[in-house]
Amino acid sequence: MSTFVYMTRCDGCGHCVDICPSDIMHIDETIRRAVNIEPNFCWECYSCVKACPNHAIDVRGYADFAPMGHSVRVRREEEKGTISWKIKFRNGKEKNFVSPITTKPWGKFIPKLAEEESPNQGEINSQRLYKEPNGLNIDGDLPTISKETFKKGVYY
Amino acid sequence: MINNNPFSGLSDLVSPLAMQGFVLLMIALVAIGTLIDIIHKKNVKYFFNNAKKAKKSATIELSATQRTSVILKTVAHDIATTAELGRGKRRVAHVLGMYGTIIFWITSVLLIFSYPTAGSSTPSILTTMWHAGAIITCLGGYWFWLFLRVDVLAEAHPWYRIIKADLFVLALLACATFGLAWSFSQYSGMTGLSYFFLILYIVSNLILFGGVYWSKFAHMFYKPGAAIQKNLAEADGSRDNLPPPAEAPQQFGLGIKREQPKHY
Repeated sequence: MSTFVYMTRCDGCGHCVDICPSDIMHIDETIRRAVNIEPNFCWECYSCVKACPNHAIDVRGYADFAPMGHSVRVRREEEKGTISWKIKFRNGKEKNFVSPITTKPWGKFIPKLAEEESPNQGEINSQRLYKEPNGLNIDGDLPTISKETFKKGVYY
Repeated sequence: MINNNPFSGLSDLVSPLAMQGFVLLMIALVAIGTLIDIIHKKNVKYFFNNAKKAKKSATIELSATQRTSVILKTVAHDIATTAELGRGKRRVAHVLGMYGTIIFWITSVLLIFSYPTAGSSTPSILTTMWHAGAIITCLGGYWFWLFLRVDVLAEAHPWYRIIKADLFVLALLACATFGLAWSFSQYSGMTGLSYFFLILYIVSNLILFGGVYWSKFAHMFYKPGAAIQKNLAEADGSRDNLPPPAEAPQQFGLGIKREQPKHY
């Protein structure tokens, strides 16, 4: 299930908008609070849940470890460098975990795209992704698989 | 100019009773707008249902004294200093706008009800506070609207893009700005211009107080309630199902410094 926002807690700070890798957390134009504009495209990465300073975002945990009727919530304390998880199962059982924050600061390992050169038209039209193949640390060209190695009976 | 009571100057044109009636009408509009908002959105119903649910999972039974203490702390810290917004420019801008508005409104009511006629000598402290309130409101409000609101800061929209959520802040800024302009033009003897700004001041007041149902005006009633509920939930152990604060070494993980949300 995709993320959702508790309106009484959200103050519209924009941290979830900033961090969402799917670019689906946006600011509602009527109430200026965060909203998931495309729940189908949410991959439940918990980035916004962890980033929210007001604990205003929630998302149901994966069904394989916690069946329906439960709650999975996160408290991120940057000053301590901790991230705490609380799982409350539907039978009332609780599990608490504390882990160190391992998130890297912005720009340290994530490329600062604003400082990179813009791709030329040929690179834009190409089927390759940005910075391929150099970004993959590959010398030369991208590896390919010859059609002969495909399974017999499967036609492309 | 700051010693000018614009309402007493207006008494030649409009009777004090009409001005006082206008204030009462604005208060009634706020009450009606908030009530319709509550009925339509069912937010208060949701809020109390949620609070009841949270109470069930409480681990500590709070005494009346403990509850009062939590509420007082919330009022003094969360509400009075808008602690929800964390440390930073947004909080400073909000505090400026909030206190500016409160001073502006209270002094407006005092000036209209106590010193509405031209003959009455208005204490300079009141007129100074009225002007200061309007200026502080403008300071915090324009700072927020031009630079700090999330649409501009985190979403990279231009400052001039106006959406429905701007209705409250723009109407409030219009009230303060046109109020100041009206007072200045009246003080400078620019009669035509003073009437022009007076009309704009009245219209912006009507939009601000009459548009409660469509604007974010009612957040000033809901947010304090939500802050009290949040802190009571922390105190009684229910914590809205959140995990308790970690008992960890002083520095457990990387503990990265939170950056401004503007990596668009």
